[in-house]
Amino acid sequence: MYPTDYRYTKDHEWIKVSGDTGTIGITDYAQHELGDVVFVELPAAGTKITAGKTFGTIESVKAVSEIYAPVSGEVVETNTALTKAPETVNSDPHGAGWLVKIKLSNPAEVSGLMDAAAYQAFISEKEASA
Amino acid sequence: MRYLPKSPAERREMLESIGARSIDDLFASIPEQFRLKAPLELPGPLSEHEIIEYFRARAAENSCGYTSFLGAGVYNHLRSVVTDSLIQRGEFLTSYTPYQPEISQGTLQAIFEFQTLMCELTGMEVANASMWDGSTATTEAVLMAERLTGRYRVVVARSLHPEYRQVLDTYTRNLNLQIQEIGFTATGQIDAAQLETAIDSETAAVVVQSPNFFGVVEDVARLAELAHAKGALVVTAITEGVSLGAVRPPAEADIVAMEAQSFGLAPSYGGPYAGVIATRDKFVRQMPGRLAGETVDTEGRRGYVLTLATREQHIRREKATSNICTNQALCALAVAIHLCLLGKEGLKELAVQNLAKARFALEELEKVPGVRRAFSGPFFNEFVVELPRSVKLVNAELLREKIIGPLPLGSFFPELTKRALFCVTETTPRAEIERMTVALRKILSKPV
Amino acid sequence: MTDRIKKARRHVSQNEGPIFEQSAPGKRGIELPPLDVPPVEARAALGSAYVRDGVEGFPEVSEIEVIRHFTRLSTWNYAIDLGMYPLGSCTMKYNPRVNEFVARLDGIATEHPYQPQEVSLGCLKILRMLLDCLTEITGMDAGTLEPAAGAQGELTGLLLIRAYLADTQGNPRKKVLIPDSAHGTNPATAVIAGYEVENVRSDERAQIDIARLKEIVNCDVAAMMVTNPSTLGVFEQNIAQAAEVLHSHGALLYMDGANMNALAGVARPGDFGVDVMHLNLHKTFSTPHGGGGPGAGPVMVKKILEPYLPVPVLSDKNGRPALENHRPKSIGRVRAFGGNFGVLVRALAYTLAYGPGIRQATEDAVLNANYIRKELEDVYELPYKSPSMHEVVFSDARQKKNGVNTMDIAKRLIDYGFHPYTTAFPLIVSGALMIEPTESESKQECDLFIDAMRAIAEEAATNPELVKTAPHSTRVSRLDDVTAARKPILRWKPKASSSASS
Repeated sequence: MYPTDYRYTKDHEWIKVSGDTGTIGITDYAQHELGDVVFVELPAAGTKITAGKTFGTIESVKAVSEIYAPVSGEVVETNTALTKAPETVNSDPHGAGWLVKIKLSNPAEVSGLMDAAAYQAFISEKEASA
Repeated sequence: MRYLPKSPAERREMLESIGARSIDDLFASIPEQFRLKAPLELPGPLSEHEIIEYFRARAAENSCGYTSFLGAGVYNHLRSVVTDSLIQRGEFLTSYTPYQPEISQGTLQAIFEFQTLMCELTGMEVANASMWDGSTATTEAVLMAERLTGRYRVVVARSLHPEYRQVLDTYTRNLNLQIQEIGFTATGQIDAAQLETAIDSETAAVVVQSPNFFGVVEDVARLAELAHAKGALVVTAITEGVSLGAVRPPAEADIVAMEAQSFGLAPSYGGPYAGVIATRDKFVRQMPGRLAGETVDTEGRRGYVLTLATREQHIRREKATSNICTNQALCALAVAIHLCLLGKEGLKELAVQNLAKARFALEELEKVPGVRRAFSGPFFNEFVVELPRSVKLVNAELLREKIIGPLPLGSFFPELTKRALFCVTETTPRAEIERMTVALRKILSKPV
Repeated sequence: MTDRIKKARRHVSQNEGPIFEQSAPGKRGIELPPLDVPPVEARAALGSAYVRDGVEGFPEVSEIEVIRHFTRLSTWNYAIDLGMYPLGSCTMKYNPRVNEFVARLDGIATEHPYQPQEVSLGCLKILRMLLDCLTEITGMDAGTLEPAAGAQGELTGLLLIRAYLADTQGNPRKKVLIPDSAHGTNPATAVIAGYEVENVRSDERAQIDIARLKEIVNCDVAAMMVTNPSTLGVFEQNIAQAAEVLHSHGALLYMDGANMNALAGVARPGDFGVDVMHLNLHKTFSTPHGGGGPGAGPVMVKKILEPYLPVPVLSDKNGRPALENHRPKSIGRVRAFGGNFGVLVRALAYTLAYGPGIRQATEDAVLNANYIRKELEDVYELPYKSPSMHEVVFSDARQKKNGVNTMDIAKRLIDYGFHPYTTAFPLIVSGALMIEPTESESKQECDLFIDAMRAIAEEAATNPELVKTAPHSTRVSRLDDVTAARKPILRWKPKASSSASS
């Protein structure tokens, strides 16, 4: 269910790293919790993001969620298709629903993130205690 | 008590089913030292008749029988009894905010129509369901411009309603905003040359009122050019909405903050009125206040809901676009009804009547020795005159004649002593305008 | 199942599209009296650069069409005049009609805020009388009637605190403490007042945690904003201690007065340590909600905050009430002109109707809430067992087992002829049902409500689908608010004219 080549955060973001670039999105668990996404607010290309700090928001009808940066870096591309079709975050959160592409400033930060198995265990525990 | 639908027997029954010996048991959770032992010292209780008598007596101590020449942001205009008969329907008067759309379609569709009317009136693309009044709407519009541009400086016309300016100051004092004021020229319009120099790359908004506090119409198109050239937004405040029946709307503005009191709301000693923010579609997510949107139900039937609620305090909390919750819904409904009654032709005719009345009054006034118009710019239904002596003293004499004279400007504008703001609307009878000029002539001919 | 529904039945209601769809050139709804001065041409009077030829797109309809249009719309609304709104913290009580009558009197509705005070004595006496009554009811020392609504009252209150701290301590401080159970306007307002918000967790009884408070109150804390009774409808047992903790650190206690309906005539915030508070006249004081407003949010203060009150300040001059604008330490003006005077008139009429008997209204409100609690606590989960005052909070925990949540129950309640209670608030209770009947409900209406809620609990157990797809008997069924937010349509537009095909 969760791509094994991605890495995950406790705030339910994922990052797919190749070299010093990464693609960031939110996980299937997150989109399910949010409900129907109506609007996504993302930073412009060139913006610097810092690990653990918010860099955008995702809105559903009844809630707004902050998006936290899994690692630090500079935004090189945002997924402009989400302006017209925010529902893509719901239908394909790990693929076409990606949010930003960044150039990593500190690739070592990736090792602090969970792998797919650890993330799966993390959310299973969450659901059990809910 | 007539508002309490329970008999003593029923109260006892209910207490029994709860298992309480007396009502005091139900207040046991309040620490003993805070429970009042004696009734409050309040006037009453009064019967319905006595309540009416009380307020009738208060009404008699006010200005019944006087003719007023006051405007300055609150206007006497004709109202129709149709409006009251509709807003007094219990389903409008006593209904709640339409958070449950299935049983509030009446309110929601009316809001949708109000939003549409405000767009047509102001030349903007989207309008909200109301703010508290024009002064807070103007302030919120400035904060909106700040959020949109990320800039911290605001340039404000000195001819903006002084109390609107005071409200802006109160709200922005603790925020990171710098406000600079630009004066006016002999026409009464903002000094465009000074304005151009003042706008820079940190200017979030240029705030101008039109018609301004002196009744003079501003060239918003020109000001917008100056502002947009440097990436600043234009906020236009409108206090006299009826002007939009004859005066070109500020279509080049980015945000319009209007007071809709002129459309069927009584002056009511200061409120309640109805503010509106109207803007361009691309700014809608930064717009405060409720919004009604069209949608469909599960059967595909057209319906309306409150939408884009994530901007608001009940969801966004400390990150909300505003703290507004309760708005001026019933007043906005009255405005919508009034505008539907007036319609396209009625509003135009009403505006033209105001133009005519104000010009007639000005002509008559200028025949009085020593009285002349202070500014030369185009005006709607308000204008400033210069008197040969203290406006306050003249007004005291006029009051004896049961005339409430024009607003003295000296306390708001120290450079404008002996100037007064006259407002004449369709409700001011010709005979009263003439009576006023006769009285004024007599007062000014007396030795000081 | 439908014979279980005792309070309501389906009824034919009229359709009515947006009024623009009925517009046709030449129709008029108002005829103006003839002009008695020489006519002018707009173009000549203003100049062609400033003139407008008329508002395009404005409707043209007749008086009868306006009456019918809005009357039809009104019939689609629920209202207090039709039945109970059990909305927690909204205090949907009866809006007395005499209030409407007196607010419309000539000499009351007609007064201009800038008219000389010599011909406004009636208005000034009304303001004085109301302020005195509110001072007595709250046990405070002074106040302002300016703020236009509760949220504006909150802002005024925080600005007063800020001015006081800056003036007396040379430092406005940085933070405001807000419980996690607070209404959304509280944190939103704190930010506008220039403060950071620190959310404070309640204790296991959902009350202010004094031990925790002692840890976090320091010289960076300007104030704590508290609602009492809390948004759970429970009196804050430790409110006086909380006030002491704050005061000992030079901070102040702000009270959100939204739940004053549990206290009027029974207890006074000024007595238990509150320094500043706002009232919602459209809640406790019966002024009508009107579909969302207008309201009024007077702010009451202790003496220490009086110098900072917003202008104009109501004072006395030569034995008569007067409005003063010259107050050097004032926070300034929060609104042009004055308060929502028409709303203030209604609140005064309400207060005069009760007099000292206002306690009876509070007692009936608390009685109704406790009666409903008793009759429903075996079928709905009560997350906190503390005594309720004027409102009770249940949760949907039991019904959730069948996939039915508070929103569904609320929607099904509509079929039973009631407006829903407050759903999903306060945030500290998951799946909350917040019920406040107010004193305006008779025992019959309470019994009908109890009956409806019990029936729905049964349905949730035996026929959950019926509840999850409710409402079934309204003009429109559940509306698509996702598309409304994704692709907002916020105004009516004429249909693009179709290409000629006839």
